[in-house]
Amino acid sequence: MAGNAASGGLTLRGLVKRYGAVEAVAGIDLEIKRGEFLTLLGPSGSGKTTLLMMIAGFQEATAGEILLDGHSITQTPAEKRNFGMVFQGYALFPHLTVRDNVAYSLSVRRRPKPEIAARVAEMLELVQLQGMADRLPAQLSGGQQQRVALARALAFAPPVLLLDEPLGALDRKLRVEVQEQLKDLHRRVGTTFVYVTHDQEEALSMSDRVVIMRDGRIEQVGTPEELYTKPRTEFAASFLGKSNFLHRDGRRFSIRPERIDLLAKGKGRTKGTVLALSYFGPLLKYQIQTPDHGVLEVDVDAWRGGPALAPGAEVGLDWKDDAAVPLEQ
Amino acid sequence: MSRIQSLNPAWLLVAPLLALVAVMFAGPLLNILWLSFTDPEPGIANYVALVEKTSLQKLLWTTLRVCLITTVLSVALGYSIAYAMANVAEASRQRMMLFILISFWISVLVRTFSWIMLLGRNGLLNNGLIEAGLISQPIPFVRNELGVLIGMVHYMIPYAVLPILAAMQGIDGRVLQASRNLGASPAQTFWRVYLPLTKPGIIAGALLVFILSLGFYITPAIMGGGKVLMVAEYISVQILVTLKWGTAAMLAVLMLASVLGLLYVLSRFMKLSAALGGGRT
Repeated sequence: MAGNAASGGLTLRGLVKRYGAVEAVAGIDLEIKRGEFLTLLGPSGSGKTTLLMMIAGFQEATAGEILLDGHSITQTPAEKRNFGMVFQGYALFPHLTVRDNVAYSLSVRRRPKPEIAARVAEMLELVQLQGMADRLPAQLSGGQQQRVALARALAFAPPVLLLDEPLGALDRKLRVEVQEQLKDLHRRVGTTFVYVTHDQEEALSMSDRVVIMRDGRIEQVGTPEELYTKPRTEFAASFLGKSNFLHRDGRRFSIRPERIDLLAKGKGRTKGTVLALSYFGPLLKYQIQTPDHGVLEVDVDAWRGGPALAPGAEVGLDWKDDAAVPLEQ
Repeated sequence: MSRIQSLNPAWLLVAPLLALVAVMFAGPLLNILWLSFTDPEPGIANYVALVEKTSLQKLLWTTLRVCLITTVLSVALGYSIAYAMANVAEASRQRMMLFILISFWISVLVRTFSWIMLLGRNGLLNNGLIEAGLISQPIPFVRNELGVLIGMVHYMIPYAVLPILAAMQGIDGRVLQASRNLGASPAQTFWRVYLPLTKPGIIAGALLVFILSLGFYITPAIMGGGKVLMVAEYISVQILVTLKWGTAAMLAVLMLASVLGLLYVLSRFMKLSAALGGGRT
C-alpha cells in the first residue's frame, strides 16, 4: 500500500569507513533483498550505526560501493537518495505539528495540497494516530512519537526504510508491543527495512535475516533460526542467546543451555554437581559444575522437569550429538 | 506553624540588597515619575508636549529609526557570525568567542573614538582612499546617522550573537539530517527547520539590542556630531543645560514604559527567562 515494491534491493560492496587510523567499518559485502527485513546486530562500536549512516548518505564511504537495484548511489547526496529513516530519538521537527511532520517530505517536493492531505491522512491511519494531527511532538508519548517518525519516514513511499535503534527510548513492555506493530507494518507496506539494534530479542523476533557485526566486520549472516541453531563463532553464539562452550579433540563447540538434559546420577555422557539455580517462571536455570567442561548453564522446563534440585545434588548430563555445534577457530 | 518558621533564612542574606534597591533604585524612579507630573507645574503638560511639539516627535522618530535599523543590522550580522561559530571546530569557536568578548570588554568610549580616527575626514580610511586616487573628497562616514549606525551596530553585535549562538547550539543535528533525509535541499532545510528553531534566539537577541539601543548615549553623541539627536542625549541636555527636569523626567518615564511594554509583549509569546539566557527549555 505505502511502499515502493518495484524497488529497494541494496548491494554493499567492499564498504570501508576510516576515521584517521580507526576503521569503523572494515570491508562490508552484503546483498539486501527487496522487501526484506534485515537487522544489523552488534555491540556498540561494532560499526552498525556507521554502516547505516553510509547507506543513508550521511557518512561518505572511504572505499567501496553502494548500489540500489544495480545502480551506484555511492556519490548520491542524502537528500537525493529517497530513503526513509527513523532516527534514534526520532528527531521529529519540534516546531511542526504531527501533520506537518508527516507532510514534510511531500511538501519539500512541492506536491499539490490535496494529494499531501490525503497521503498524510493515510499515513496517520496506518500508524493509528488519526486524532493527533494537530499536536506538537512534545505533546506526545514516546510510543506515539515513534509512530509519527515512522509515518514521516514512509510518507513519500521510499524503497528502503532505515531504522536506527528506534525502540531504544521505549520502556520494555511497550517495546514488545511496538516490535509486533513494526513487523506488521513491514508486511503491509512491503518496503525494504534495514534495522539497527544491539538488542538480540528485537533482532530475533522481527527480522527475516540478521547480520551480526563485530569490529566493523560481518561476523555471520543468516535467518534468526540459522544464527541461533548454527552459530559459526564463539562471538555469534554468545551475542545471540546464551551458550556453553565445550572443548573436545582440540575443537570448540557451542551448546545452548536448553539443549542439555539433566538425568539421574550415573547416567548420560558426563556427571555434575548443582552449584546454583534460579527460577524464571517457565524456566529453571541451573549452574552445574562438571569435571570435564567447567561450569555449564542448563535450562529446564520448570513444569516438565520434575521437582527442583537443590544445590549440591549430583546429576548426570546428556545431549544429542547435533546439539553441540562446532565453531570456527 | 508561626510565620517566622516559614520564612526562609536565605531572605536574611538578600535583605540588605533588597533594602539598597528599594532606597537607591525604586526611590529615584518614583521621584522621576513624580517630577514628570509636577515640574515645572502640576499637571500633564509634559506629556501633552509629546503631541504638540514637533521637535519632540522628531526626536522620538530619530530614536526609533536608529534603534530599529541597528537592531535589524546587528541581528543579521550576528546571525551569520553565530552560524559560523556554531559550525566550526571547538578550538576555532573558542578563538572566535574570545574576539567577540574582547570587543565586548573594551569601553564604548574607546571604541567610539577609534571609529572617529578610522572613519573621520582625516581618518585612516579616507586618507587611504584619497592617496590611492579612488576618491577626491573624503566620504562623510561619521558625524551623521551613518556614523551613529556604524558605532552602534559594532557595539551591539555581541549582544545579538550570544543568544542566537545558544539557540543554534541547542539544535539536535539529527533533526537537520532528518530534513535532508526527507528530501529537503540545503536551502529548504534552512528556511523550514533551522531558521524556525533559532527564532527564540533571534527574538531574544533583537529584544536585547533594541532595549540597549534605546538608552544609547555616548555613541550617538560623538559619532552623530550633534546632528543625530536621540532620547538619551536629549534628556542629558534637558537636565544639565536647559534645566527642564520635567521634560527629561517625562522622556525617562516614556522610555522605561516602552521597555517594560516590550518585555510584556514578548512574555506573551515566550518564556522571558529563556529569552534572557535563563533555563533552556
